[in-house]
Amino acid sequence: MKVKKGIPLIDQHDKNGFYGGKFGGNYVAETLKKPIDDLSKLFEKCRKDKKFLKERDDLYENYVGTPTRFIKLQNLTDHLGGAQIYAKMVSDANGGAHKIYNAITHAMLCKRAKKKYICTDTGAGYNGKMFSMVAKKFGLGCKVFMGTRDIERQKPNCEAIRKNGAEIIPVNSGSRTLVDAVSECIRYWVSNCDKVHMGIGSLVGPNIFVKICGWSTAQISRELKVQLEEEFGEIPNKLKLINCVGGGSSAYGFWSEFFDYDKKHIELIGVEAGGPKNSKLHAAPLSKNSKIGILHGAAAYCVQDADGQINETESCSSGLDYPSCSAIHCLLKDVGRARYTFATDEEAFSAYKLVTELEEISPSLEPAHSFAEAIKIAPKLDESNIIVVNSCGDSLKDKDIIKKRLGNYIR
Amino acid sequence: MKSQISLAFEKCKRENRPALLTYTVAGDNSKKKSLEILKSISQYADILEIGFPFNAPTADGPQIQNSTYRALKNGFKLKDAFQIVKNYKKSRNAKPCILMGYYQMVYHYGEKKFVKKCKQVGVNGLIIVDLPWPDNKKFAKLCKKNSITFVQLISPTTSKERMKKIIRDSHNLNYLISMLSTTGGKLKVSPKKILENYIKIKRVNKSKNMVIGFGITNKNIGSFKKADGLVVGSALCKGISDSIKNRQNPVIKLNKMVKALKNKII
Repeated sequence: MKVKKGIPLIDQHDKNGFYGGKFGGNYVAETLKKPIDDLSKLFEKCRKDKKFLKERDDLYENYVGTPTRFIKLQNLTDHLGGAQIYAKMVSDANGGAHKIYNAITHAMLCKRAKKKYICTDTGAGYNGKMFSMVAKKFGLGCKVFMGTRDIERQKPNCEAIRKNGAEIIPVNSGSRTLVDAVSECIRYWVSNCDKVHMGIGSLVGPNIFVKICGWSTAQISRELKVQLEEEFGEIPNKLKLINCVGGGSSAYGFWSEFFDYDKKHIELIGVEAGGPKNSKLHAAPLSKNSKIGILHGAAAYCVQDADGQINETESCSSGLDYPSCSAIHCLLKDVGRARYTFATDEEAFSAYKLVTELEEISPSLEPAHSFAEAIKIAPKLDESNIIVVNSCGDSLKDKDIIKKRLGNYIR
Repeated sequence: MKSQISLAFEKCKRENRPALLTYTVAGDNSKKKSLEILKSISQYADILEIGFPFNAPTADGPQIQNSTYRALKNGFKLKDAFQIVKNYKKSRNAKPCILMGYYQMVYHYGEKKFVKKCKQVGVNGLIIVDLPWPDNKKFAKLCKKNSITFVQLISPTTSKERMKKIIRDSHNLNYLISMLSTTGGKLKVSPKKILENYIKIKRVNKSKNMVIGFGITNKNIGSFKKADGLVVGSALCKGISDSIKNRQNPVIKLNKMVKALKNKII
């Protein structure tokens, strides 16, 4: 198993959609074979089409707002007294998170497929919110599938989704979180694939959805590369890129320009949701060595019980609360190109607290997991080390959870 | 030697009627009851499809999901599905059994071990919902080697070219999904249209049996008599849900339901 240089990682799959011969694939019902095939052909055509690319770039520039800021966290750096800490403020993007990139591509593909409706899943509500935004912009009907547990804990994003005219379909089965929302969204697509375009909200699902998502979020990394060269005159010698990993869409986007570098030069660190300190439940299949399982059309490391049923997960962060992960991250783990670890709920909350006290930024609980890792390693490193954290979401959606946990929420 | 599944279809053809295939979930609403249900409905059904529960199904409608969650909530394990088939097969008048479920359960158990276990307990066929052709080629071969029919699915979205290849590689039984739907959806295409499509597909290879499923109920089953066989699943799962709600015995309820279905197609 090897990662090739000079080829986007999303394209390094075999003809059956597997990365490294065993991760990913297309485990779908027969009914979805044709719609997936059609979507694959459309995407491959569009990504080479200059008009399509220009429309996308215009949207990134004028609608998403590019580039998102790259800032030094001087106070945090001074406080920890080690490596220099920077943040890529992807939460600046219109809507407040990286999910906008993938949503735009899907809306554009939906238009070109001449479909009038789009559906998607959501955990933290960001993906649903972004799909509802672009659906409104493109004049598409939009259904967002969301677990009822997440509807309860991510109210601000739910309000935004409804305000944009999209419909939230509450999913009450299983653990009532992202995993069930994705299942229900796929079921809906099975029944309506002739009229409706489906967009999966992360770097997961059948192969084509992994590709579309990774192709879209890669914008983060293109911006970062330029910003690093502007700041340092070159790509720094000891660089660490830290990103939280649920499905793994923002991490892929954050890293995609840097896979070809040696890991001693640029270290890629993925931080999963370790769940509450005293709970056996977590959402960290990569760092807690889960077995490979088949979920939502793909083979990947997946939290499962002894009988093969998908296990319940637990995390304070809805966006990371997913039992499986992207086939791409499984590949990166197995070839050793990225290192995966986890942060507990407690660590994420204290990281959030420290960062918001010292800096004028307010990361959501997902990137708070990444900051927890940065806080852990920075004091052990000297100042020649540059740590960049992808602050890929804004905390506003988490205000209720933070208030309950830390006593107050100040912006 | 002819498979029990083929023999069942031959018998129905002699009786000039389609085969009746039922689908119930192993362990719904308990291990004991689900076995009793299988034994009881064997009186009228020709082939029994038995679902092995998986908690992240991507093609099941609400009725089958309810059955699945009921079974899992009662602590159902995959080994129980094998045990139920094994015990059922010991009963008088046992019919051919087709296990149906999702690939994760097979993958987790181990493909070879799974097929071996199936053979050992007397499973006659397998439907793996999310293992479509051509990804299923290797697994289908493994089934054949163990005298188990791997049932290929064909959907209204399957292109003609693809369909021919699927049928070429198929064993003695294929399953036509009636419409774009998860299981148990309301029939949104007329039976006439579904049968037209069915006959077209059947022409590719008349010697292979093909059944129709998804959305078949007591109300519409009579319109599909030209098919080789018909699968009723969600309606029966709903029957179990209803009987629990009304504090009736699901075994008696399902026996009555399957009897009524049979009467509609003879």
